[in-house]
Amino acid sequence: MANFQLDARRLLCPMPVIRTQDRVAELRTGDELTITCTDPGAAQDIPAWCRLNGHTVLSIEHDGDELMITVQVGTES
Amino acid sequence: MMNSVPTQADERQRKAVALISGGLDSLLAARVMLEQGIHVEGINFFTGFCVEGHTHAIRKKDRAKPKRNNALWVAEQLGIKLHIVDVIEEYKSVLLNPSHGYGANMNPCLDCKGFMVHKALDWIREHNFDFIITGEVMGQRPMSQRKDTMPVVARESGAGDLLLRPLCAQHLPPTLPEREGWVDRDKLLDFSGRSRKPQMALAAEYGFEDYATPAGGCCFLTDANYSRKLVDMWQARGNREYELDDIMLLKVGRHVRPSPRFKLIIAREEGEVKFLQGYAYRYPTLKVTSHSGPIALLDGTPTQDDVQLAARIVARFSKGRNADQVTVDLHLPGDDQAQQLVVTPMPPEQISESWYI
Ligand code: SF4
Repeated sequence: MANFQLDARRLLCPMPVIRTQDRVAELRTGDELTITCTDPGAAQDIPAWCRLNGHTVLSIEHDGDELMITVQVGTES
Repeated sequence: MMNSVPTQADERQRKAVALISGGLDSLLAARVMLEQGIHVEGINFFTGFCVEGHTHAIRKKDRAKPKRNNALWVAEQLGIKLHIVDVIEEYKSVLLNPSHGYGANMNPCLDCKGFMVHKALDWIREHNFDFIITGEVMGQRPMSQRKDTMPVVARESGAGDLLLRPLCAQHLPPTLPEREGWVDRDKLLDFSGRSRKPQMALAAEYGFEDYATPAGGCCFLTDANYSRKLVDMWQARGNREYELDDIMLLKVGRHVRPSPRFKLIIAREEGEVKFLQGYAYRYPTLKVTSHSGPIALLDGTPTQDDVQLAARIVARFSKGRNADQVTVDLHLPGDDQAQQLVVTPMPPEQISESWYI
């Protein structure tokens, strides 16, 4: 299990989801990915995408205009 | 094109990929297939022009509203997986050279549909799926969903009879999934025409509420104002190349072109100010500092005189519009230090209507 980072700042919906999806496809079950975004829509879209695809959102943190979403890769990636 | 049937008769559950735009039609088409016991997964193609969260994410007044990606929402309603595919690069050739031309605006709908179905065909081959479904309804859209153009999409995409349109299948020749009995043709629908009533009734039957109803179409290319800005950008640059940032910026702010050499993109409210600020690394920006006022990006190759003119226009949109003098900071990309310009706001009668793109 490892931790990875993804910079999705300045990208607008649905690009943060697409980048997350493509990155998660390269990871293994149990790996964690923290996505940093500035589009507030990502706070809905990334969890929705995770629910559909069997991944878990571990945390969503706000830091000013930035949003850090940590996702744990499920078994179905 | 007739596709051959696997020789070994197997009873496995058949799999279809559904083109999910986020609208009601694709939601219903996928639902109809689920009801027939088909395993359905969704695919959504992002061209860069899609009407999605973008503008909502930008404008502050819209920030309070719950935001959602409609394609993800549809997939959640259906309980299916959704694959979102970035086709920004590949889509350029569709938009720039559509063999069937454009619709009412810059929308190359017929080529676009063919392209998407072709991409879906590649996808089902790669993932071992059996067929493709779309939410198309005969006669619904003037370009891509006519009786004579629907076979064009099936043919040119290469999907042939692997392309099933559950909402209007009864008007079309049986496809492979129907002929093989994977789906029951009698339970497919016969919607046609522009009326949305049958879809709304079916949605009610299934208990779907709060679905997206985009006016015009699924992308900004059907929008006259957007198309005008796109064509203006190409004309001003002398070529039709574009990047994602370019086409996003066309959705934001007031676009004012006082000269073929440059245009201004002026923020209209706080959300847009923030968004445009994010582009200061790439574009010269003008910001009124003596009064409260918007930020503007300068796009093109303005001369010194043009910059003065631009500053006067930006001052016009600030709270200092009636002042004798207004200070405007000019930031150049990569420069820490701003240049201060002191200008007289341009009187409204000097701002030509024709400058607004
Ligand atoms: S409206 Fe846009 S996305 Fe939809 S078919 Fe036409 S060009 Fe393609």
